[in-house]
Parts: sequence; structure tokens; C-alpha cells
Amino acid sequence: MSGEIAQTFAQAKARGEGVLVTYAMAGDPDLPRSVDVFAALVEGGADVLEIGVAFSDPIADGPVIQGAAERALKAGSTLKRVLDEVVPEVRKRCPQTPLVIMTYVNLIMAMGEARYAKLARERGVSGTILPDLPPEESASLRATFDAEGMDLIPLCAPTTPPARAEAIAKDGRGFVYCVSVSGVTGMRAELPPDLSQRLDLVRKAASVPVVAGFGISTAEQARTLSAHADGVVVGSALVRAAHTEGLEAAKALCADIKRGLRR
Amino acid sequence: MTTETAAGRFGRYGGRYVPETLVPALQELEEAYATASADPAFGEEVARVLREYVGRPTTLTPARRLTEAWGGANVWLKREDLAHTGAHKINNTVGQVLLARRMGKKRIIAETGAGQHGVATATACALFGLPCEVYMGALDVERQALNVFRMRALGAVVRPVESGSRTLKDAMNEAMRTWVSQVSDTHYVIGSAAGPHPYPTVVRDFQAVIGRELRTQAQAAFGGLPDAIIACVGGGSNAIGVLHPFIGDASVRLVGVEAGGHGLHTKQHGASLTLGTEGVLHGSRSLVLQDEDGQIQEAHSISAGLDYPGVGPELAHLAKTGRMEVRIATDDEALAAFYEVARLEGILPALETSHAFARGRELARELGAGKHLVINCSGRGDKDVATISARGVPPPVGVKE
Repeated sequence: MSGEIAQTFAQAKARGEGVLVTYAMAGDPDLPRSVDVFAALVEGGADVLEIGVAFSDPIADGPVIQGAAERALKAGSTLKRVLDEVVPEVRKRCPQTPLVIMTYVNLIMAMGEARYAKLARERGVSGTILPDLPPEESASLRATFDAEGMDLIPLCAPTTPPARAEAIAKDGRGFVYCVSVSGVTGMRAELPPDLSQRLDLVRKAASVPVVAGFGISTAEQARTLSAHADGVVVGSALVRAAHTEGLEAAKALCADIKRGLRR
Repeated sequence: MTTETAAGRFGRYGGRYVPETLVPALQELEEAYATASADPAFGEEVARVLREYVGRPTTLTPARRLTEAWGGANVWLKREDLAHTGAHKINNTVGQVLLARRMGKKRIIAETGAGQHGVATATACALFGLPCEVYMGALDVERQALNVFRMRALGAVVRPVESGSRTLKDAMNEAMRTWVSQVSDTHYVIGSAAGPHPYPTVVRDFQAVIGRELRTQAQAAFGGLPDAIIACVGGGSNAIGVLHPFIGDASVRLVGVEAGGHGLHTKQHGASLTLGTEGVLHGSRSLVLQDEDGQIQEAHSISAGLDYPGVGPELAHLAKTGRMEVRIATDDEALAAFYEVARLEGILPALETSHAFARGRELARELGAGKHLVINCSGRGDKDVATISARGVPPPVGVKE
């Protein structure tokens, strides 16, 4: 276990706050300027940063993050360049914020699982989220990550049966990412009514904190969910704000959602 | 004989690399398929529809003039082009739609490249009264107008996909995204022997009717097994279908022909078995055309059905272990073969199929006289006439214009 993630959740809990996990795409609009986006998110109140690494075929992502990935690829983003040029800069500007890479398994395989884990850990990455790597396929990769102290953060879905969800939660690393809606990433006006129940179930079984993500974009949604989760993930809404309105808008949205997480 | 080394694994390849949301649906499909496979009534129902509606068994045609022209082995054609809708794709869609109905699914989605799988899915949905949505790259929608019309005529909705390269791989991405959000009442009919487990197995089993018929027909026609079988390989559904029943027969050479596009020295080809490296695309680990950073490359082929940067995991395993020989045919070679088959046999093969024919002559000669070479004639070329005629038509044979 990396430790940094657990510490951040413990501190937030002590302050009586839910943790705000924010996602942005490394390389959108280009590598150096995406560093400014991550820094703005932390200034706005983000507690954990998810650093998206663009893949050509993002099957778990909706149109907003697909667009960000296309821009990042055009700007020359690769996993190696993100680890060499984005992560160290973000680390410098936000030394207290745990960093989590979110990407697709093919990029990790192409670099080599062990090489990635070692390099990313050296650069200051605490965890990795791979939305196309379910538990059945993750055993060897997770062992490699464990050996380097890299948390492989698992996902639970609305369709995951209770027993399976409990098993995933019990054996989690870093935190458990509860996908709130059956679907791809992107903002939703309404979240499913049974979400709080599912979060309670996962939280009861989990050995690590539990966050809800996918579809969350408002302070109100964050406030509702913070009664049932240790934090929320906001992605598409921030990516869109940063892209169409600029850094200040993304920072303001962060601050607004963070207010919803203060109990 | 099977190459499946564990459930859904073919050596290093296969597996189920999908978002967690889809895992329960794939488990449900796997169980439903296992139950259906063990139920004789289901097998009989599939066989009945294939016989009464699809027109199976498709014939095994002796290609006498090709045999003579090539000067080697006796050439035979397994005529999937004569199946209803004009290609082998219907074998799988009938099976999967019957399975979906048995599972109580209310709607069907599919992806398509050239449109053959889309048409075959729309056809099966019309036959069994299920609503159907087909995801198709916007570029393919433009260049395959005939099949877009056929799908719409059959009552399906065609959804153009604008992301990425706007071709088959992007259509498959979008179909998977849609399935993630509608998974409880929807069945996704994948057309290639690719995708997450159990699709490579399900598609192979429904397509293996081609090879099983061929065994029987070969026995009747020339009293033995073929000495070699050739099939074109894109994702690989026709190839695995015709080849799979012969994997255990060491005397039968299995040959897959990949799209060479503009040539393997260019980046414009679809040769994932020859030049691909191990990777994960569309839910399974297989051989993939990708750059050193793991980004999937765009494939190229004159035939939309071979214009795909991945390949089914079982074919990757057969190629890597040497059981299947892999050869290449370029766009130009496929075009030349199209006319050769048209003029010597009176058959317009699909451009995909033309790739298999393009390697026929050399294989017939390698085998020599008295041997038997079967070419899987996977589909008819009507859908390709616009693409082919745009390059001009060679002069007529034996008559002045």
C-alpha cells in the first residue's frame, strides 16, 4: 500500500469532510498546460488527483473525456511523456496531493507492468485505475503493483452482484471506486435511487475508503453522496469546464463541489 | 479438438478485459450459452433455421476453370456467398439472436464495418421480431450506402459513429459503450470471433457449421479431407468457422490470408497476425496493430471487412503456434483475384474473399496435381461494386466491345 492515499482520507475524515477526487486529462490542451489544470483543481479544493492518460480506444468514456483524449493524443501525449513531463511538475506544485493514474490496460502492457509500476512510483504516483481490467484479469498485474507499493484501485459497478461487490471491497487497494451509473463517464442530471444502498454495502465490506464516481457534477450530488461514501470523483464536468471556460471555471466548480462535501 | 486452454483462453490470448459493469452480463451470457449448448432443442432450432431460412448446407463447388488455370491441386469453393444475405455472417447472427431471445433480452445492438454483419443482424432481428440498432463508423456509412439501405429497409436503426477513425473499431467502441448503459435488457451481437469471453467461443461455434459441412461434403466429393483450406482473416469469423473443425487433422494445411493493403512496408494494411504485437483491444488480449506506446493504429484495406487492427484470440494462438499459416494479399492482388474468379468461375466474390483467392494459385501449385484445395468463398461481392468499378473495368473476354 502506498500510504499517501490512506493518509489523505484520514485527514479529511478528521476535518469532517468528504474527499474530493478530481480527474483531468494529461496533455489536454497540451502537456505543460495540463499541469496548470491539475494545479487549479488542487487550488479549488481537490484532495486527490486522477491523472488521465489518453488511449486511442477509450470504451469506458463518454464524449467529454473522449474529446479530451483526442486532444491529448494530438498534442503528443504518451504514458512515458506523462510520467516524465506531467507527473513530476504536478508533484512539485501540489506536493501534498496523492496522484492516481487513470488509463487503459493496453498502455500499461505496452510499457511493461513492472517497468510502469516502478517508474510511476518513483515519480510520485500512489495508485492506478484501469477501467477495463476486472478482478479476473488483474491477479498478476496487482501482484507486480503490490511489490512496488502501487495501489491498483478496484471498481464496483451498479450491475456487480452484492457478493462480488463485497469481495472486491474487502480486497481493495487505495480506495474502492464505486461506479454510480451503468454507463460511461459523463455528467448525469439524476443518479440512480439505489446508489446510496449500494455504497453502504460496499463501505461495510471495504478495508479501504469508498468513493462514488461517474455522473457527478454538482455540490448537491456530492452532499447527498457524502453521507454514504468517503468521497466523490468528478471528471467530465471539470474537463469540460477547463476546456470550454478555462482554469478559473474549473477551480470554481471544484470549490463549489468541495463545499458540498463539508459536513 | 479445441485450442481453448482454459475458459476463454487460447494460450496467451483471450480473456475478458471490459468495464466491471459488463462482467456480470458476460457471465450471464456464458452461462446461458452453456445451458443452450447442452440443450438438444436449442441446437435443433438453430439447425432448422439454418436449413429452412439461411439455405444451408451451402454447396461445395468444384472450380474447374480455376483448377485448370492455376495448374496444380483441384480447387473447390465452399459457397458461403450463397447463404441468405450473401455471406457467412448470418450463421452467427441467427444463433446469437435465438440465444438472446432465450435469455429474455428485449433489444439487439451490433457493430458493423462493411455492413454485412449489420445486415445479417438486422435480418435475424426482423425474422424474430426484435428491435435492432447497428453502430457503424461514419466513414463506412458513406462508403457502404447499399448495406445502410438494406439495414434500414429491414427495420434497423443505423447509428453513425463520428469518433476516432470513424470505421469499424470506433463502431465497436461505441457499441460497447451503449451496451454498458443498457446492459440489463440488451444483447450485443458481436460479428467477429473477437471481443471479450465468451464471444470468441460463441461466434466460432456458430460459424463452425461451415467446416463441419465441408468435412462431410469433402468426403462425398473426393473421398477424404482437403489437403489445404484457405480463408481470409480480418477479425476472423469465417476463417475460424471453416478451419476449426480441422485443427486436429494434421494432414490439413490451414491458411489464413490477411489484408496487405498498400503493402506491409507501408503502415496501411490490416496484417495484425503478421505484424501485430500482444495487446488488449475490444475486450480480449490478442495480436494488435499498435505503436510502441500502446496506441491502436488505424488499419487499411480496400475491403472494409478486413479493415481492422485486431484479430480474434483463437486465430492469434493458431498463428503463433504454427498450426495456421499466415499469408498476405495486397489491395491490388485482391482486385486482380476478383476479376480472375469472376471471369473463370462466374462468381463475383466479396473483396474480403478475394484476398483468399489471391493466394490460391501459389497454394494450388505448392500442393500439386491430385491434391484438394478448398477456398472459403465467404461472401458475394455485390456490396463492393462501387469500390471496384471506381477503379475501371478490364476489357471483356473474347468479344470486341
